[in-house]
Amino acid sequence: MITRRHLLEGAGAGAALAGLDIAAPQSALAAAAGLNLPPALPDGVRNSATLEALPGKKPLLKLSYRPPNYETPIEYFRTAITPNDAFFVRYHLANIPQVDAANWKLAVGGDGANGQAQFTLDEIKRMPAIEVVAVNQCSGNRRGLFQPHVPGVEWGYGAMGCARWKGVRLKDLLDKAGLKKEAIEVAFDGADSGVTDKTPDFIKSIPAWKAIEDTTLVAYEMNGAPLPHLNGFPARLIVPGWTGTYWMKHLTSIKPVTKPEGGFWMNPAYRIPLGKFPIVARFTSQETAVNTPITEIVVNSLITNPTDGANVRMGPLVVGGIAWDGGYGISTVEVSSDGGKTWAAATLGEDLGRFAFRTFRYDLAPKAPGKQTVMARATNKIGQSQTTELIHNPAGYHHNVVHRVTFNVA
Amino acid sequence: MRAMIIALAAAAIALPAAAEEKPVELKKAPGLDKVEGNCSGCHSLDYIVMNSPFPNAALWDAEVTKMIKAFGAPISDADAKVIADYLKQNYGS
Repeated sequence: MITRRHLLEGAGAGAALAGLDIAAPQSALAAAAGLNLPPALPDGVRNSATLEALPGKKPLLKLSYRPPNYETPIEYFRTAITPNDAFFVRYHLANIPQVDAANWKLAVGGDGANGQAQFTLDEIKRMPAIEVVAVNQCSGNRRGLFQPHVPGVEWGYGAMGCARWKGVRLKDLLDKAGLKKEAIEVAFDGADSGVTDKTPDFIKSIPAWKAIEDTTLVAYEMNGAPLPHLNGFPARLIVPGWTGTYWMKHLTSIKPVTKPEGGFWMNPAYRIPLGKFPIVARFTSQETAVNTPITEIVVNSLITNPTDGANVRMGPLVVGGIAWDGGYGISTVEVSSDGGKTWAAATLGEDLGRFAFRTFRYDLAPKAPGKQTVMARATNKIGQSQTTELIHNPAGYHHNVVHRVTFNVA
Repeated sequence: MRAMIIALAAAAIALPAAAEEKPVELKKAPGLDKVEGNCSGCHSLDYIVMNSPFPNAALWDAEVTKMIKAFGAPISDADAKVIADYLKQNYGS
């Protein structure tokens, strides 16, 4: 738990370091200069972001210390699976308890359930286990690239990751309490909370139909290991295809409800304007005349090699990257090396399932020295593709503008 | 030298607990004390730097209001005005 006491100690440590003549602001700037942050990000985040390691994590791009918001550097997206120690960290609230697995209990019950049930971690692990490879992407990934800028955590490209999640079906837990047919949503709470009790607790719901899908899990393993503390230990919700806001960490309660869940984090937070995005999966019990909760991830891709601004030698060059969507599956990735005039199909890598990152590669042979640009565009199996112009919205969600990388050939 | 050794010892003791958070130095200007006193209890001050310099005056007003109304920050009206003015002057567009 990060407390006021830690804060004071942090200030003390800073004063001590100042005594040693280590100028923190200067070193932070130096670090930021080497981070290769997208130029489109607000100047403030380009100046203040640093590469720092949280306990149990590799150095990640620190956007905010408390609550901790750290994104994954692009280099880790060259494989379809993101390592646990490089997986991004995102919290809304600063009180994050270290959960003791031996005492942890998960409660199921609410007015949308016939009865109640409670589970220990051991009990959950004894139930039939399911594995799914799925992308967890923050709704606001790439928010920092919005023009004009919008307030929030100013993410670049790395508020996402793909892991092999192992756990039990949420449906199996709901069955133990008995889901009433009147239940329209299932609400979730986690162990984290705000610093003051007036701060709305982070509670999220999903439609009942989504809750009982075979791939919606309560997961206790990530890539064959227990969940890292900062990714939701001991158990979190996995909602494949939907954005990370629903993937409740440090899960403590599952509440079937017969009325739409209220609260700040359902409305006004995490809303997209109605009719602007090509969304299939709707959350009708929460829709208003003007907006709706964000649901499924829009089709997207990212070029991971070369990186923006890289120097490459003349000769064969492999353009590599990943593509993903909300669970329909990637059908094609095309690459353009002439600014979008012509496109050619890239070769897709291993298929780890419809919710996973799909790697791609394209062999390019730069013919002349100088600056060159490559672009990538993914299309999914229901024909959705990426946009060329940003679909602006107040909260900065669903940025899936075609990624463009400029490099120098020498 | 002696002072340095003491400082080093203090850092060594304090750092394990504080390894996750280093102090964020905001611009020294009138109102900074109110910003540090009211804002840093709930979140680190890099949130302010990160969200700059693009906000106009209306957006900084809206952010301060959101912290009070939506997130329940116990900030007096007088302090809220000082904080909003500091943000507009130092981290606004």
